[in-house]
Amino acid sequence: MNPSDVFPELQPILEEVTKRFNGRIESSFAPRLNEVYFHARMDFVSGFCAHLFRKWGGRLVSVFADDARAGTGVFHLYYVMALDAAHGFFILRVPISPETPEFLSLTDAMPAVNWQEREIQDLFGLKLRGHPNARRCALHDDWPEVYPLRKDFDLRTVLPPFQGVRHKFREVEGEGVFQVPVGPVHAGIIEPGHFLFSVAGEPVLYLQLRMFYVHKGTEKLFESLPIPHGVRLAESISGDSSFAHATAFCHAVERAAGVEPPPRARALRTVCLELERLYNHIADVGAICTDVAFVTAHMHAMRLKERILRVNEQLTGNRLLRGMACLGGVRFDFNADQLRAIGQLADELEREFNDLIKLTSDNSGLLDRLEGTGVLTPKVARDLGVVGIAGRASGFDHDLRRDFPHAFYDQVQFTVPVFTDGDVQCRFDVRRDEVFQSLAILRQVMGKLPAGPIAVPVGEVPPDRVALGYVEGWRGEIFHWIHTAPGNRLSRCKIKDPSLQNWPALSEAILGNIIPDFPVVNKSFNLSYSGTDR
Amino acid sequence: MFGIISKSLKTGVVTTGYPDTPAEVSSHARGKPQIDWAGWKDARPAAAVCPTGAIETRDESGARAVTLDLGKCIFCGLCADVDPAIRMTNQRALAAPSRESLRQTARYGLNADGTQQPLLAAPAASDAKPESLETVGRQLRARIQAVLGRSLHIREVDAGSCNGCEVEIHGLNSPVYDIERFGIHFVASPRHADMLLVTGPVTRNMELALKKTYDATPDPRLVVAVGACGCSAGIFGRNYATCGAVDAVIPVDLYIPGCPPHPLVILDGLLRLLGRLEDRR
Repeated sequence: MNPSDVFPELQPILEEVTKRFNGRIESSFAPRLNEVYFHARMDFVSGFCAHLFRKWGGRLVSVFADDARAGTGVFHLYYVMALDAAHGFFILRVPISPETPEFLSLTDAMPAVNWQEREIQDLFGLKLRGHPNARRCALHDDWPEVYPLRKDFDLRTVLPPFQGVRHKFREVEGEGVFQVPVGPVHAGIIEPGHFLFSVAGEPVLYLQLRMFYVHKGTEKLFESLPIPHGVRLAESISGDSSFAHATAFCHAVERAAGVEPPPRARALRTVCLELERLYNHIADVGAICTDVAFVTAHMHAMRLKERILRVNEQLTGNRLLRGMACLGGVRFDFNADQLRAIGQLADELEREFNDLIKLTSDNSGLLDRLEGTGVLTPKVARDLGVVGIAGRASGFDHDLRRDFPHAFYDQVQFTVPVFTDGDVQCRFDVRRDEVFQSLAILRQVMGKLPAGPIAVPVGEVPPDRVALGYVEGWRGEIFHWIHTAPGNRLSRCKIKDPSLQNWPALSEAILGNIIPDFPVVNKSFNLSYSGTDR
Repeated sequence: MFGIISKSLKTGVVTTGYPDTPAEVSSHARGKPQIDWAGWKDARPAAAVCPTGAIETRDESGARAVTLDLGKCIFCGLCADVDPAIRMTNQRALAAPSRESLRQTARYGLNADGTQQPLLAAPAASDAKPESLETVGRQLRARIQAVLGRSLHIREVDAGSCNGCEVEIHGLNSPVYDIERFGIHFVASPRHADMLLVTGPVTRNMELALKKTYDATPDPRLVVAVGACGCSAGIFGRNYATCGAVDAVIPVDLYIPGCPPHPLVILDGLLRLLGRLEDRR
């Protein structure tokens, strides 16, 4: 590999790493300027990741497996390190022999990979060694011994009916300690998951989360669809992030195919991503208020959200922006009326959202409930690799829009709000500031909207290519990693929603708080269950 | 406090005029595909681009059956992009009392080159339209009103959805749609509920929870399947992790297609099912 295969910022890191680990890296290649693959052995992983973390500020953003037995005779594990300052990804690939299907856990050193490692164990049948809590995670206790993401497992397999084996939670004992189970069917109109609170009086001593109730076999399903159909499936990974997920998927496929969407397409993608951010952030600001009984603010927020959803429909035919994404660009161009509607929306939202924020900042009851509630300290956030809104409220200064500019983000100016107290108020404030930044981005894009086509043909993607697609969704960073197969299909599509990374942080943030504050703490994270469970 | 009141007064009433005025539908909205059945020469390209299998062809002994399943359709419009015989409309109110009434099947002669002509049998007039729902509503009304009076309590159950339907169901509680003005409330427990509003596909991990929720809902209870996935399992279909549509697990009284359905579509379906729109005429 030549140093010129990668971005100039990545070259010194590449040189240092190659020299330092001379001989242990079996091969390396850079299919894209910011995406470098290294092939090595399992015992090399922890040293490699630790070195990138300590010396170059790398963070492990995704760990996943790929059943490559058909082509190479082995399973592959992938460790994706993001080097934010150098704007690149180093991806380490290690083989796992089917004869000894096991791998070494990094969880003790990097708690951030806990769930991801257990998911690999469940879905691929690769046993974890050295994991502090190697219980099932993605498949519930009653599941038979099946490994759905192995190639010899058929997507349409009909498993015996649910037997209802009770999950054994960790016991929390002591005088006056009670367990409060909640879910999977919750009281509000929200997705299913199970929370088990252990409380002594009001304060929460321990919170155990049990997710994956809405596991739908999505990643396996991607392997059975022609690539263009995958765009529609990606829209259904997490409903409120339809456009972000679909765009991350398109990004991965375009990178695999070596196709760059035209400037106007990238600009329109940016418009849609920001509209998605706006409707969710504004709804969350309202929902946080309603969870502490300030319903008036919530009603104003719902009204504004509805206003945005109607503009979404006017622009793309669908209120959640579905049907808009496509490989190589976007499906619909905006005419003069539609562009004017975006401008009007931005002006109106600026005015109305300012009023809404004024209502909230004048309300001392609201401050009382939000400040100091659900604190996630920067240290814990860093250990758990918390990303997105929750990360930025706890001192994590990262945003793919700035650090890995995709779509049209290299053409606009914006700031990334970062706070360090890590409480509900900070997560509220991140959203508040990001709303104003979004409006500024919208205006800038509208001001320099390039002319020209809105899509380029992608054609059939050659087999056996790998590519990482990424988008900063409103919740945080979304990654789609694909491995292509013959016939314009995928042999693997790994989806990483920011929620998967952030759920364990909720368990930490709620400690010592009272159960009545749980709804507002939970809402301040507002994580996706479907995006986590897939 | 003054600020709060002043802002509310300045904002005024934002609630939609529906049902006193017709449901406002944007001309840009993408709804049901309209097919020129008689002029349709080849359904295969449309079937090939349909991501959910809502358009299906079956060739048998010189004839072809083509089915459009509105329960599966996500209104993406990809079929209309490749086939001039299909046009996307903004018609979205497709709530139907039976799964069968969401399917339209036409029969054609099959030519040697794979095209289909002539049309042998047009689809039976679908009863996936508001009036037929009102017929069911009339039958249910006596029973429901005797027990429930004019109020209706709904328990929403996400049995596997992507959360898109929940975004729109939430919208029913917004001041714009304000479902409570009809005496319809979302409640926290199935024990308080008269109706379950269920989104899907039902996952294997939620099957038991859904059954238990259904069992905990007192009779007479109604079940409404919401969204393409709730109606038909949608793009996910039946696989190792899903049990299929809602009606694969519990009996369903009303199907509301869409991906996701607009809040007004859900509201309209509910009101017709309850026979509440007839009162206004």
